[in-house]
Amino acid sequence: MTLADVLAAIVFVALNAYAVLGGADFGGGVWDLLALGPRKERQRELVAEAIGPVWEANHVWLILAIVLLFTCFPPAFARLGTLLHIPLSLVLIGIVLRGSAFTFWRYGADQEQRRWGVVFAIASLMTPLLLGTTAGAIASGAVGGGGQPGGDFYDTYVAPWLTPFALSVGLFALVAFAFLAAVYLTLEARERELQEDFRRRALASGAGLFLAAGLALLLALTGAPRVRDGLIFAAWAVPLHLLTAAAAVTALAALWVRHWRVARVAAVMQVSLILWGWALSQYPYVLPPDLTIAAAAAPDVTLRLALGTLAVGAAVLVPSLRYLFHVFKSSPQP
Amino acid sequence: MPDLLAARSQMAVSLAFHIVFAVIGIAMPVMMVLAERRWQVTGHAIYLDLAKRWAKGTAILFAVGAVSGTVLSFELGLLWPRFMALAGPIIGMPFSLEGFAFFTEAIFLGVYLYGWDRISSRAHLWAGVAVAVSGAASGIFVVIANAWMNAPTGFELVSGQLVNVDPIAAMANAAALSQTIHMTLAAYAATGFAVAGIHAFLLLRDPANAFHRRALEIALMVGAPAAVLQPISGDLSARHIAAHQPMKLAAAEALFRTQAAAPLALGGWPDVAARETRFAVEVPYALSLLAFHDPHAVVKGLDLVPESEWPNVPAVHLSFQIMVAAGTYLALVALWAGWLAWRRADLAHNRWLMRAIALATPVGFVAVEAGWMVTELGRQPWAIYGVLKTADAVTSMPGLMVPFFTFTLLYCFLGVIVAWLLYRHIIRSPVVPEWRGFYMPPGSGT
Repeated sequence: MTLADVLAAIVFVALNAYAVLGGADFGGGVWDLLALGPRKERQRELVAEAIGPVWEANHVWLILAIVLLFTCFPPAFARLGTLLHIPLSLVLIGIVLRGSAFTFWRYGADQEQRRWGVVFAIASLMTPLLLGTTAGAIASGAVGGGGQPGGDFYDTYVAPWLTPFALSVGLFALVAFAFLAAVYLTLEARERELQEDFRRRALASGAGLFLAAGLALLLALTGAPRVRDGLIFAAWAVPLHLLTAAAAVTALAALWVRHWRVARVAAVMQVSLILWGWALSQYPYVLPPDLTIAAAAAPDVTLRLALGTLAVGAAVLVPSLRYLFHVFKSSPQP
Repeated sequence: MPDLLAARSQMAVSLAFHIVFAVIGIAMPVMMVLAERRWQVTGHAIYLDLAKRWAKGTAILFAVGAVSGTVLSFELGLLWPRFMALAGPIIGMPFSLEGFAFFTEAIFLGVYLYGWDRISSRAHLWAGVAVAVSGAASGIFVVIANAWMNAPTGFELVSGQLVNVDPIAAMANAAALSQTIHMTLAAYAATGFAVAGIHAFLLLRDPANAFHRRALEIALMVGAPAAVLQPISGDLSARHIAAHQPMKLAAAEALFRTQAAAPLALGGWPDVAARETRFAVEVPYALSLLAFHDPHAVVKGLDLVPESEWPNVPAVHLSFQIMVAAGTYLALVALWAGWLAWRRADLAHNRWLMRAIALATPVGFVAVEAGWMVTELGRQPWAIYGVLKTADAVTSMPGLMVPFFTFTLLYCFLGVIVAWLLYRHIIRSPVVPEWRGFYMPPGSGT
């Protein structure tokens, strides 16, 4: 394993963290939009309370991934920014609307809060869909082709991501985030009835996740041959599938018998394993079919310093985060 | 609209928007900590109210700034992929450090906002200090990356290939010190005077209002010293660009002809076609004196390079004049207020001073934006000075007018709403100096 591989893995860890932490915040927005029944307002309040103290910190994982990507793998960043300009711009608009809507929602007056909630919820749908579509476009090997785009506008800037496979990955991301959020919310809820509301939602979206994953796999047969081959023929494929399946079944079973903590761990495992399956299937490429990790890597000195910076950063952050959790988890609730 | 212009405009709008939040995010935590300290020492509830209001302001602006900062990090790749492909390995490091500083700021802001009743008052104050320090650090790291674009170093280009990359040397570039000092002072001066100005305006109507009087004191404590120091730091910057980026200085001063004993042009309008600056007041020897501390020094003019490599001279000159005028105004008001405070006069009852401070509300931010224009427009046509032209850095994606207008609209909308929220939560006077504990039970998190 080279230094570049290590940094590529760290970028992916950051993305994984963003998916299971920030992704769940997006999923919260989905449940805000789909709030139903007699406890509608309490469901929305619970979503807001759960996201409130953590969403900025969760958001930093995305920034970390982006910064590491352009520091350590600049050609990959440049190509993504060029060929996936449209979906990434839409993701950005979604992030802006969602983040600000949430801020205004938190600090605005009561009568405006509902309106902000709508913006928040719509942005929460759009962003995961397009983020997943972007990932799907990368996995399908469409973000390649020698760097300099030359063809007509549609072929160069739209065709790579507007494919059934890429869109199915978008759908998968949306359902996965909603599932994670529902699972976490069963733990956050203090009242029995709310817990039951989110248990039902978690079970439904967990089942939906199977369907979305099946659809994406089906479309991968023609849409993303590399992913398909990786997921079927590689040496790690069978153990990975078994682990993922075990995590998925555990998550649903734990929800069924109301072991919320077990369900949370299993759900995180499940989503993370799917992400790592994607990463492994396209290794050693950052952007298949032609840009490898080694070819995209910055000079060694940059990689070493990036690693050093991460170590220093962790040395500051880990105690700070521990302190944050110490303050808010150990003292009694007021 | 040509794509290059659209891309530059989108970047300019994004930065112009973000810089306001970044600047307030650097300075407002300092005011918040000072107010809390005063509360701990004096026990006056007004100070606690102020600390909580400023903390809330910091939180609102931090959240929006986090979002607009994310937009910028993406836009580097969406608009300038060829710049990033070259610069990423060299200046990625300050961006990574900024990321960690930002993370630290987020954590301690969380502790500060939600920890009033949970940690000792001493620990709480230190959490505020951590917010202020990490806020300043993240600003400094980003400005270091920008300084590298002005004074690129720490790499060699051999037939288009990067060799001998040295990110540490790149961070220690020649412009880093003068730019980071200038920008950090600007943040304190602009925010301090903006807050002081708002309270001064309200004091004009109600000079006895204790809430506004205390707020004014603390805001001036942050803004005034920075405003007084800023001209000295400006001198350092001017001497740096005179030596390293002579065309930026030439454009800022609208100096078309290289000359010894160069005069300083105050105001005026550069007529690029005629190669002269009309209607300016010229102070003999002053430019040579300012740029090199020698009245007879030769100052390089725009005639040294072909016109195709000039920045937009009228825009840079105008921005520079605005920045200097705004900075001078703040420094003078700061000295005036400082002198009155020294003589133990009652500032709030000095109506002329209150008018002058109220007028200063937007002035610091005007100076920040104008100064940013000077450094960015003055570097053109280069993205990386002497290395990569902006025209060669832009993306190949056509139709950039569409994202430009979309993002501009988005920012306008956000700006209006942020202003309204700030009014609601921070500026609006309390009827009685209220003590209403700002508290949200923290969810256990996702």
